[in-house]
Amino acid sequence: MKFTRRDVIRTTAGAAAGIVGSRYLGGSPAFAQDAPSFTPEPGASLRMLRWSPFVQGDEDAWLANTKRFTEATGVEVRVDKESWEDIRPKAAVAANVGSGPDLMLVWFDDAHQYPDKLLDVSDIGEYLGGKYGGWYDGPKGYATRDGKFIGLPLAAIGNAIVYRDSWVKEAGFSEFPKDTAGFLELCKALQKNGHPAGFTHGHGVGDGNNYAHWLLWSHGGKMVDESGKVAINSPETMKAIEYAMELYKTFIPGTESWLDVNNNRAYLAGELGVIANGISAYNTAKINKDNDPKLAEIAKDTRTTNLPVGPVGQSVELHQTTVAVIFDYTPYPNAAKAYLQFMFEAEQMNNWIEQSAGYCCQTLKAFADNPIWSADPNNAAYARASETLRPNGYAGPLGYASAATMADYVLVDMFAKAVTGQATPQEAMEDAEKRANRYYRV
Amino acid sequence: MATERLTAAEDRTEPTLSKRLAESRGFLSFGFMLPSAALLLVFLTYPLGLGVWLGFTDTRIGRPGIFVGLENYGYLWDDSVFWLSVFNTLLYTISASILKFALGLWLALLLNENLPFKSFFRAVVLLPWVVPTVLSAIAFWWIYDSQFSIISWALIELGVIDQRINFLGDPTNARASVIAANVWRGIPFVAITLLAGLQTIPQSLYEAATLDGAGRWQLFRFVTLPLLTPIIAITMTFSVLFTFTDFQLIYVLTRGGPVNATHLMATLSFQRGISGGQLGEGAAIAVAMIPFLLAAILFSYFGLQRRKWQQGGGD
Repeated sequence: MKFTRRDVIRTTAGAAAGIVGSRYLGGSPAFAQDAPSFTPEPGASLRMLRWSPFVQGDEDAWLANTKRFTEATGVEVRVDKESWEDIRPKAAVAANVGSGPDLMLVWFDDAHQYPDKLLDVSDIGEYLGGKYGGWYDGPKGYATRDGKFIGLPLAAIGNAIVYRDSWVKEAGFSEFPKDTAGFLELCKALQKNGHPAGFTHGHGVGDGNNYAHWLLWSHGGKMVDESGKVAINSPETMKAIEYAMELYKTFIPGTESWLDVNNNRAYLAGELGVIANGISAYNTAKINKDNDPKLAEIAKDTRTTNLPVGPVGQSVELHQTTVAVIFDYTPYPNAAKAYLQFMFEAEQMNNWIEQSAGYCCQTLKAFADNPIWSADPNNAAYARASETLRPNGYAGPLGYASAATMADYVLVDMFAKAVTGQATPQEAMEDAEKRANRYYRV
Repeated sequence: MATERLTAAEDRTEPTLSKRLAESRGFLSFGFMLPSAALLLVFLTYPLGLGVWLGFTDTRIGRPGIFVGLENYGYLWDDSVFWLSVFNTLLYTISASILKFALGLWLALLLNENLPFKSFFRAVVLLPWVVPTVLSAIAFWWIYDSQFSIISWALIELGVIDQRINFLGDPTNARASVIAANVWRGIPFVAITLLAGLQTIPQSLYEAATLDGAGRWQLFRFVTLPLLTPIIAITMTFSVLFTFTDFQLIYVLTRGGPVNATHLMATLSFQRGISGGQLGEGAAIAVAMIPFLLAAILFSYFGLQRRKWQQGGGD
């Protein structure tokens, strides 16, 4: 879709005449499939804050698309970046004080912590969903509240098993096990051969939470039930903890201290046979293979696959989700909406997904056939992240409690406590229940 | 003559208000203090007051709260993680402060001697203090890495140990490791400040004491220490405050892990208040630090600065 300034002005002119005085021009819900059009306010300029890219192609493509938007509309967009873990506090402060960037790429259930401070973008959300085959449920859940889009789900940062093929074969497995029981056997064999697995039990926001949620959900456990009542104290959770304890025995020592970067580092040093990570671990090896023979060997030997399916019988994972939000204090709501709409249109979105090299998984179904997913066999494991994604705080509602429970590492600590022997599985579970109850109090 | 009379008459008239104010010492003092007072009010009193108020509300990010009295404190009272963070903070502060004092004083005494390259050593000693905390924390992060620690590597190469030390994974090791990193960083402040104090002690006192037959220990005990005590009081007050409120080191090294074994009150307050969105509870944790800080300050000012104590007497 070619999106020029002239088009914007032409298509908005009629609507604008009818709803003069309205704060947000265009975007009639009755014609959700029709492209809403927004006339940027005169002299509008935007400031966006995003997380620092994990792969350079992501940022390059984002900035190139932004430049095209500026060329088409004349609206300058300044894109700032922050370390991904600093996004949450920055967004929180912006929401609270009502000042800061106009747009932001936030994580997980951030948008549900301050829905009232965000601009309703249902018009674009409905339109994009209609045009591009619908949103995947998981990412959509993070961006909608009470039937309204409080942001646009931008991407899921997929988490998958990254392993050394030759070492898995050497351990007697012709292919990577698909279930949790087989996975445990593999990890035992890998440890025997001196190529242990390593999964984060420390306060790593991404890896720690991804691993802990997979452990719990794959065994049928859940933090809360549909009504938001804490349900972590259950036989399923107990099974998950017992499984984690067995698995932990096969790990490289020290995983309880790991933050997000430790597993990448150890894997790329050839210390580990299996980790769970975003595609960045593999990409780092791939990108640097010409300069470093050791990384070339690792890149050649690395395979990726989805995390094993547990007793629950289906693939369920947390992944990471990023949502594009517009703060309602922005003086240029139309410009901000026009910007997001532009960035989500096929021409820009496909380019961005492709340049992100498998790191960012599409949230709109029509982009699932993006060539990036078949460009490298190792990308395939990340292609379905949005599809298998289960929202944080499952099976309850997203909001303050789910965000706070995750931020307080309740689940991560539960497993860490049990596997390191600081508490019995029962004690660890009861402690998690008590801590979760503090946040899910009525 | 006429002019002189007129001037005298003018002098007898009441001075104008502005003139009186301009000559009033009280008013001028007030005027000169106003900028500082305004700065303190805006940047110290207001945030502190707001923090205390937030601790009594259920404010969350993006939602103004209502007054809930002591509810936040009630929840914290029953919260094992909070009490763990109080324990960790006290352990961290007391251990690190004692070590910093002992090593800092020792270093100051050494630097006070007539060493070759004295200025060079004094400059070098300051380095850990000058390096930004985050940078030194990242360096320690590598030093303590469970896989790539240079300490583990060196000890394995020397044959002292046969497997890597789990610096940040084991609760006891993790606590010791973060304390060691804090001590490394804090020693220069203590050492250089005490060194400044040592240099203000008149040489004649040492000479007089030596003539009276005092040994090196007695010189230290009865001359150096009493005269240094006021400086020690100030230095250690600051040192304790810095240590008690430490954040960056823990945030970079462990995020409070493993299983909250290194969570300090400051890091827990951030985790709950900002990352977790519970501003009220985060503020309550921060406010709970105030009594400890006040106690440290009061001890320093009313205890260590007492002349009787300084002179080695009791109460």
